[in-house]
Amino acid sequence: MNRSFAGALVALAALCAMAAPAAAQSIDAKVNEIFANSTGWFVSFIFAPLPGTSFPWIVLWLVVGACVFTVYFGLIQFRAFPHSIALVKGDYSDPNDAGEVSHFQALATALSGTVGLGNIAGVAVAVGIGGPGATFWMILAGLLGMASKFTECTLGVKYRNEYPDGTVSGGPMYYMSKGFAERGLPGGRILAVFFAVFCILGALGGGNMFQANQAHAQIANVVGDYPGWITGIVLAGVVFAVIVGGLKSIARVTEKVVPFMGILYVLTALVIIGLNADKIGWAFGQVFAGAFTGLGVAGGMIGALIQGFRRAAFSNEAGVGSAAIAHSAVRTKEPITEGFVSLLEPFIDTVVICTMTALVIIITGQLIADPETGRYILNEAGTAIQTVDGNSGVALTSAAFSSAFGWFQYILVLAVILFAFSTMISWSYYGLKAWTYLFGEGKVTELIFKVIFCIFVVIGAAASLGPVIDFSDAAIFAMAVVNIIALYVLMPIVKRELDSYLSRLKSGEIRKFR
Amino acid sequence: MTGKILVGYDGSDSAQRAVDYAAGRAKAEGADILIAHVLEWSPYSFLTPEELAERHKRRNEELARAETALLAPVVARLKSAGIAVETELKYGHIAETLCRLATEHDISQIVIGRTGHSALASRLFGSVAGTLAQAAPIPVTIVP
Repeated sequence: MNRSFAGALVALAALCAMAAPAAAQSIDAKVNEIFANSTGWFVSFIFAPLPGTSFPWIVLWLVVGACVFTVYFGLIQFRAFPHSIALVKGDYSDPNDAGEVSHFQALATALSGTVGLGNIAGVAVAVGIGGPGATFWMILAGLLGMASKFTECTLGVKYRNEYPDGTVSGGPMYYMSKGFAERGLPGGRILAVFFAVFCILGALGGGNMFQANQAHAQIANVVGDYPGWITGIVLAGVVFAVIVGGLKSIARVTEKVVPFMGILYVLTALVIIGLNADKIGWAFGQVFAGAFTGLGVAGGMIGALIQGFRRAAFSNEAGVGSAAIAHSAVRTKEPITEGFVSLLEPFIDTVVICTMTALVIIITGQLIADPETGRYILNEAGTAIQTVDGNSGVALTSAAFSSAFGWFQYILVLAVILFAFSTMISWSYYGLKAWTYLFGEGKVTELIFKVIFCIFVVIGAAASLGPVIDFSDAAIFAMAVVNIIALYVLMPIVKRELDSYLSRLKSGEIRKFR
Repeated sequence: MTGKILVGYDGSDSAQRAVDYAAGRAKAEGADILIAHVLEWSPYSFLTPEELAERHKRRNEELARAETALLAPVVARLKSAGIAVETELKYGHIAETLCRLATEHDISQIVIGRTGHSALASRLFGSVAGTLAQAAPIPVTIVP
């Protein structure tokens, strides 16, 4: 660790320590007020319902996009699934390319950016409000989202920038500007700027403040309440050490522990489901019945559908464009192979992990139903289903898992912190790429963004900034608005790549190395 | 005896002794030497997004460094001793890669230096020598 870095770290910590406790209350109130006033219109616009309904247009936008890509590429998510697995296993990797980024590594890195609070807290929110039926729509959204991911990640690799020193920069900004130009269409550059702005906001909000905030909430839940800025400064210090100080070891440890945590989470869920094997049929019955009748949840069937689709989109980020940035680093002659690999992400994230969370919540009987009618009982406000201890969000998941294994709440705290941390590292990079796209690459411009990012960690942990978090969610969805427009325009290019690749695969020109 | 002698080389003292030993054998048998340096690498390790973006650059740097700092001096030394020498620079699992090279090139024996890990370290991480002894398709000489 060099001296200037250590100095900067101390200065940052001191700055935050001085600012946070004394003015925490007034700052919170001010930030809330400013944000609510200046961004409220944007949040209302993004989450505006379709005329005459309660259905947010943004959810329809994502679903229609995913359906179009699914149909246009002929159910690519099912057709290419076995080939995707073979690519990740390395069956088609040239041994002479060893030492370059492998498909597995790109997938693991992109996954550690998406597997996180969406899988633990988001699902609980979906099931808590939309009932078991939300699970059905969530799985469907995950399956459809695989086609969106396929499209965006192929384009991410195809139109990335490769620099003479061997580093790469890629993502929706680059396919928007370069891809549109290639097709002779105007507006690519404008779209790219919009995307970059939303991506920076999404990175600071959903990819940072929301994560820090929930990590603090989980810790406080176990050790008792204490000021959030303490968690914030510790987290910011670690993030700072990794992204500014280049302390790769911390990141590397996290990247190793996160997959392990993910596997432990799924295994525990499987054990709990196994212990209640007699209820599995009933649970799936609830999922299907709830999907089409609502079983009395708020908003009925449509309520379940909105919750399912919305939380799935939050969790797997399909169509948002973030994964395209992570995947663009792979050294491959065939951009389409990265699309194949990336379509596994929504599958693992949503169809497997989110479903596990939902099933555990349902099967452990956290949701209270009327024993006579079988319909769920709503809370007094009528906004969500009554739960055993009145839990919602992370606490609901925690209660469901702890009802079988008491110690699991501690594992869950660790998982939440690690997931939050790895999501923050990933989004700091996504935000940085958007930042450098707008302001140019260079040590100073990059450092400015990284410091801003760390400051937002403290702000995020210190307060529960409802409007700010609403805004950052809206920013992530706004990325999808811009990104999916670009995907519609550029999907014929992906189609051409796909047809060419599949014909060469069939003819044996592309062959296995082992 | 025909065929080449493969030396697994990592620049350590014991690897130097392995080269010396192989040089003696090569002279006696009139064989050539293939010096192989393997950079430990797993395609299943985990990297941050930033590391992904820089990987190709790092790989080029690592290869260039290994070529100039490790392979060039040993090649010069063997050539001056009048032994024909080739090199291979690979990424991968060390023992597996050496075995693969042994079958790809017409290799008659493998020579490596002993790493001298403690018993515990070898037990935890496995040793190249141990794995090679188990898996190599041809005789292996381990030089202490």
